[in-house]
Amino acid sequence: MKKLKPLSILVHVGSLLPLAKLIFDFLTNNFSPNPIQDLEQQTGFAAITLLILSLAITPLRTLFNWRAPAKYRRVLGLYAFLYATLHVTVYFAIDYAFDFSLLFEATLEKRYTLIGTISYLLLIPLAITSYKWGMKKIGKNWKKLHKTVYLIAPMLILHFAWARKGDIFSLQGDVLQPLIYGVLVILFLVVRIPVIRRKLISLRK
Amino acid sequence: MDTKSIPLHPSEVTPKDQYLSRRDFLKQAGIVTAGAALLAACGTSADETPVTPVPQNLSADQETSSLFKELTAEESILSYNNYYEFSTDKERVAKLSKDFQSSPWTIEVGGLVNNPQNFSIEEILGNFSIEERIYRMRCVEAWSMVIPWNGFPLAELLKAVDPTPDAKFVRFETLADPDQMPGLSNGLYPWPYQEGLRLDEALNDLTILSTGLYGETLASQNGAPIRLVVPWKYGFKSIKSIVKIELTAEQPSTFWEDIAPKEYGFYANVNPEIDHPRWSQASERRIGELQRRDTLPFNGYAEEVAHLYEGMDPATLY
Ligand code: HEM
Repeated sequence: MKKLKPLSILVHVGSLLPLAKLIFDFLTNNFSPNPIQDLEQQTGFAAITLLILSLAITPLRTLFNWRAPAKYRRVLGLYAFLYATLHVTVYFAIDYAFDFSLLFEATLEKRYTLIGTISYLLLIPLAITSYKWGMKKIGKNWKKLHKTVYLIAPMLILHFAWARKGDIFSLQGDVLQPLIYGVLVILFLVVRIPVIRRKLISLRK
Repeated sequence: MDTKSIPLHPSEVTPKDQYLSRRDFLKQAGIVTAGAALLAACGTSADETPVTPVPQNLSADQETSSLFKELTAEESILSYNNYYEFSTDKERVAKLSKDFQSSPWTIEVGGLVNNPQNFSIEEILGNFSIEERIYRMRCVEAWSMVIPWNGFPLAELLKAVDPTPDAKFVRFETLADPDQMPGLSNGLYPWPYQEGLRLDEALNDLTILSTGLYGETLASQNGAPIRLVVPWKYGFKSIKSIVKIELTAEQPSTFWEDIAPKEYGFYANVNPEIDHPRWSQASERRIGELQRRDTLPFNGYAEEVAHLYEGMDPATLY
């Protein structure tokens, strides 16, 4: 058996912590009086947090030449997808109980759920091709395909911001958390721009 | 009268069935007349000081009696609160507002009135007869509750200050005390919280100032010591912990309208038809229920208030 590395344990345990909390809250009846909203918010928050952490791996390497976590990019991305799947399942199956007379308007005519839906659909092929056979199957296109996450992440920041009561563009209201996450996404994407990346690497040396 | 706010501990919270049986008892004792779903604000134990006086105006209201069966559990009303002066986390509000000082308290009522007055909360409780009103409360976040408020029509207070003919609107303001309200340090909000009504909305009999719920003094997290309740509008119109009421000629600006004018208008009438740019308002979740229910026009109060908006473009009433 492979020896478990501390970092590996940290990543898996950390990623499973929000799920453990949900199960704990369920078993101990510790949700708020609006448990379905709790589930939606906590799974959504876990999903976007893990997705952003997965985007942080490459910048860590660029900035600090820290190579160890590279393989955790995929692990974190897949955990993000797990929570995203829980999130949309709660929404469709529990919140709306598959009531399509309500779901159509609520999901496709509202900007935050529309952008959430598009993001989730775009995440599916990434999750499927995260495994070896998927990578093999699409070969060189794998890299191209997985770059769509650079589009999905900002879309999900909008989804996050629009799920809160505030106006992220005029910086008013309940925007602090989406704003911090948005700044992180921008930073992590900017560090990937080739000129900037080369500059940063040369500065490091 | 002793008006110190009594801190509420979870153990003091009235479970819904206990409240119901207490009320049944009162009914049998002839204190609550049949048909009038109103409750005398009697304490459960001898050492409890009834701060909210016993309701007097028993207005027979069938709507109210049918809503009575749907009352939201008191512990939910006390533990799930949007009160951003304390926290944006609904479940932390109760804890953070535990030591909130709602006594002494003065409400300044002025502006375009012939008889401006400052009311202490004691004067309010002494001068106005407190009734019970069971209302639906619909939050813009698409959840709802049914709450047995204790309060009195805002119209009574306005009568006492005698608005001048120029007065067309009423502006309300919440206390903004950074020492007591940690949320005020967040500069992304246009503090203090302010709200407004058109004068005819303010004078409508459904519009009340509330000083209690479930027959108990209003808890801090619910807007102690006195708050507005406008049941046909989204919950954010029902401003909490009021320190100032002002009659104006111009439409006052309101807290959420300042933040996102396209989303939160001045009127904010509950309306399943009017498309909120952010959320679907077609349905809601009643706290304590699993299934969604359809949202009703004017939150079910169309008969009482729809006439206020006759001739207005519904698209401007969000
Ligand atoms: C079909 C796709 C999706 C739908 C219908 C959807 C629906 C929702 C709903 C209804 C809420 C608001 C809950 C509330 O506050 O009442 C929400 C919030 C949120 N969603 Fe989604 N979502 C979708 C996809 C995603 C995905 C893919 C992610 C992330 C990877 C995500 C992340 C979030 C976050 C971070 C929040 C805010 C949670 C908070 O307030 O802390 N969503 N979503």
